[in-house]
Amino acid sequence: MLLADAGRFALQAIISHRLRSFLTLLGIAVGIAAVILLTSIGEGVHQFVLKEFTQFGTNVVGISPGKVKTGGQPPTGFPTTARLLTMEDANALKKLPNVTGASPTVWGNSEVEANGRLRRSTIYGVDADFMHVFSAKVQTGSFLPAEGAGSSRAFVVLGSKLRKELFGTENPLGARVRIGGLHFRVIGVLAPKGQFLGVDLDDTAYIPAERALELYNREGLMEIHVLYKEGASSAAVAEAVKQRLKLRHGREDFTITTQEDMLKTLSNILNILTMAVGALGGISLLVGSVGIVTIMTISVTERTNEIGLLVALGARRRTILGLFLSESVILAVLGGVMGLLFGIGLAQLLHLLIPSFPVHTPWRFAAVALVVSGVIGLLAGVLPAVSASRLDPIDALRAE
Amino acid sequence: MSDESPTSTLVSLHGINRTFYLGDSKVHALCDVNLTIAHGEYIAVMGPSGSGKSTLLNLIGLLDRPDEGTYMLEGRDVTTLGADELAAVRSERIGFIFQSFHLVPRLSAAANIELPLVLAGFSKTERAKRVSQALQEYGLTDRANHRPNELSGGQRQRVAIARATILRPAVLLADEPTGNLDRVTGEEVVKLLEKLNAQGMTLIVVTHDQTLGARARRQIRMVDGGIARDVTNGAVVPNDAP
Repeated sequence: MLLADAGRFALQAIISHRLRSFLTLLGIAVGIAAVILLTSIGEGVHQFVLKEFTQFGTNVVGISPGKVKTGGQPPTGFPTTARLLTMEDANALKKLPNVTGASPTVWGNSEVEANGRLRRSTIYGVDADFMHVFSAKVQTGSFLPAEGAGSSRAFVVLGSKLRKELFGTENPLGARVRIGGLHFRVIGVLAPKGQFLGVDLDDTAYIPAERALELYNREGLMEIHVLYKEGASSAAVAEAVKQRLKLRHGREDFTITTQEDMLKTLSNILNILTMAVGALGGISLLVGSVGIVTIMTISVTERTNEIGLLVALGARRRTILGLFLSESVILAVLGGVMGLLFGIGLAQLLHLLIPSFPVHTPWRFAAVALVVSGVIGLLAGVLPAVSASRLDPIDALRAE
Repeated sequence: MSDESPTSTLVSLHGINRTFYLGDSKVHALCDVNLTIAHGEYIAVMGPSGSGKSTLLNLIGLLDRPDEGTYMLEGRDVTTLGADELAAVRSERIGFIFQSFHLVPRLSAAANIELPLVLAGFSKTERAKRVSQALQEYGLTDRANHRPNELSGGQRQRVAIARATILRPAVLLADEPTGNLDRVTGEEVVKLLEKLNAQGMTLIVVTHDQTLGARARRQIRMVDGGIARDVTNGAVVPNDAP
């Protein structure tokens, strides 16, 4: 029997029971639609979260002091012996191969006073390289200049929100600002950066790290951000940083976190989340496939006579098997296509109604869904098709 | 068998036994049957219910296998063939006609007639040619696109006969072909079968109907799984056991 004829024969059988076939493939359609919709939402959230994180630039390695991530007094009561990260450490890291910048970082919260107004804002002590680490853009003026150690001038760059709050529409360049007990001169304003996980990134002020150490009365930096060349291996850079700092400190008393590792871990977690919601949809798909098994079993029973006839007309067992298998595969794939359109439609509708809601349907998922529905049809059809092919033709012809 | 040349022998059964088990009871459906059928014969198999007529027909039609004995079809031992080979022989050499027609209800008359060609893997153009020819031969051209439920009983059996003969089988096996038809249409169907027989197709009819059975040149009467009487044109044929 030719393949095209087998397909046509199966399709005719499906069409001859329009309503029944439609309801059966609806079961698969709902399952596929659920999987598509849920994974679309999962993938949308995945991309949304990753975008939040990658806005800082991905080729960054962070170094924080101490081997353990917990700050403050050690629980044993002994003073910590970890050496502090210093400005000199940051400067030494700038000279490593493949490293394009290293920004010392100190942050805190202080009152900022200017133009007769007072506001509590987040203060970052950084240096010129921070611009690249943070992927920040200057709106007016310039960012902190690159200056030699010990000679940082008291300049400040304002976040756009802080500038608006303090100066309104006035030009803040050259204005004097008091932060804590120190005085600074405004040399620039950053372009708005938006929010990151609920934190306003524009309600900030950037001052030289040395001034921040002075302001907060600290001896060591809180973190050093090392920026490396695009395309360089993050592991190699992290290793070079580690060696250099070990040489300077005598032992490993710091922690290195590469942005890439962090993103990878995050991405893995989000992938598991997507898979989990997909599996929830998979349950309805399973129910749908049970529907196919049911209807195919009924179909074989109803058409016992026909099976006997086909055998009498010279059909081989394999042909009978193939006919019933293709019937269930066609049912499942039709259901799959319907579910795919339905799922994508729902996802797009959701996106249309709630534009801020992240929804993304990757074509990879759509293709997988189709293949899965075909496989389901095949598996669901096996049992009824095998029983059809094993019927005794004499009994089958006699059955009424 | 010895008095016939092997080329003209179509079916030759030797020492055929077939036993069924119905629950605990053992039913000896065929009991040491020996039978030789030549090409072009017109045979009526008669006998009471349960005498083994249908079992004999199913066995000749390769739907059933004997427990014992040999079956030679056109000089070839078919008792040893595998399922796929049997299917091929059924497809090419044997045509079945059933009491209840066994038409596929969702397919048109033309599609029903086409079915053996489809199963045998003929190309679409070849199929279309043969089907339109068959429709014309059996006077069904204007009913080609009707479903079986839109056809009369006689038309249905004509479709079934057209389907059984589309691959020009050597033997046509009819199990009560007129059982579901009234007298007039039954007569038409029998005439049609006899016409095919006159063209050289071997015809074996299983029937309860005495008048129908009497029309055959050779009458086989079965009782309790054995051949009780084998008459050709009024003359008793001796049981040709070796």
